[in-house]
Amino acid sequence: MTKPDADLFEFLLRMGDTTLILGHRLSEWCGKAPVLEEDIALANTALDLIGQTQMWLGLAGEVEGKGRTADDLAMLRDAWDFRCALLVQQPNGDFAQTIMRQFLFDHWHLDALCKLAHHSNDQVAAIAAKASKEVTYHAERSADLVIRLGDGTEESHSRMQAALDLLYPFVGELFTFSVEDLRPDYDAKVEAILTEATLTIPDSRFAHLGGLSGTRHSEHLGHLLSQMQWLQRAYPGDTW
Amino acid sequence: MAPTRLSRRHVVKPSTDQIWGWLDAVPDPEIPVISVVDLGIIRDVVWQDDTLEVTLTPTYSGCPATSVIEITVNAALRDHGLSNVTLKRQIAPPWTTDWLSDKGRAKLEAYGIAPPNPAGGPTRCPRCKSTDLKRISQFGSTPCKAQWQCRDCLEPFDYFKCI
Repeated sequence: MTKPDADLFEFLLRMGDTTLILGHRLSEWCGKAPVLEEDIALANTALDLIGQTQMWLGLAGEVEGKGRTADDLAMLRDAWDFRCALLVQQPNGDFAQTIMRQFLFDHWHLDALCKLAHHSNDQVAAIAAKASKEVTYHAERSADLVIRLGDGTEESHSRMQAALDLLYPFVGELFTFSVEDLRPDYDAKVEAILTEATLTIPDSRFAHLGGLSGTRHSEHLGHLLSQMQWLQRAYPGDTW
Repeated sequence: MAPTRLSRRHVVKPSTDQIWGWLDAVPDPEIPVISVVDLGIIRDVVWQDDTLEVTLTPTYSGCPATSVIEITVNAALRDHGLSNVTLKRQIAPPWTTDWLSDKGRAKLEAYGIAPPNPAGGPTRCPRCKSTDLKRISQFGSTPCKAQWQCRDCLEPFDYFKCI
């Protein structure tokens, strides 16, 4: 691959791996969410993200030019070749943790996609434009839930605050790979919603890094992959 | 099929208008009252020499119905004697609910699904036509729908989301 192609490949992996891992995490809720509507919403969000993964990783395979499909990239790579953000690798925890992770991700995701929709590469722009329509609904829903649960009962409030404290150190990494600085807009938007939710953003901007670069993944990624990939590993080449 | 019959049919290529008519009889797998043409996902039908090229735009990127639609479109065209068909997936410009036909919108409502509305929610209950409605969830039984409820007749119903 030429240098620009290699850079594009790396970028596409970051987008596709991040949506793939979050999509898989959300699908872990399928059949056991607190209420039916939430179960359906989480599964639908997972479906959107996995659909977007097919486009990002499909294009990554084309750019790489070695004949690898989106499925090959998703199912036949090991942890060190993944380029997913640390935030999305974090376990589901309780419902508060899942919703807070989604909220912190969705608002970055939506801003990033809206910028990428004007990318000079037509294919990247087309995928981003398509995905941004779906993500608009994700962002609206997670913001709504953060407000309702944060400004809810004592129990839901304390769980949401604990989730925010736990996950906030994984937010900074998202801003390490965007060309344009999305952080000021993100901070303003997220802060307004968290304030309405009566939640307090941690003072420290300390950020864990290493997921998007693949240099230091969390201990959770390998466990997730062993679950996600076991069928292809056990029965190579098996199809539906 | 005998090869002679095939080649004879190829000489008389059906017009694209005729093919649009055939496609309008192919139901959406999830909402069978509307056709794939009503749904607005067929973007183009053109002859490239002896090959018919049909361009489809998926509704939601993860929608499992997309592959089913491709199979049924292919099968329907084969049933009409077209054997040289290629299907193209095109994501730009992205599919929008603005492409739903008026006929499709009316059929959706008659079927019990409130059609999309730019204001962001259904205008009335598809059953009793009341406008006193509440949203249950932004997501529903398929990626394209949300769940709403009528406060008058109390029936929950699907709303086809604007996108």
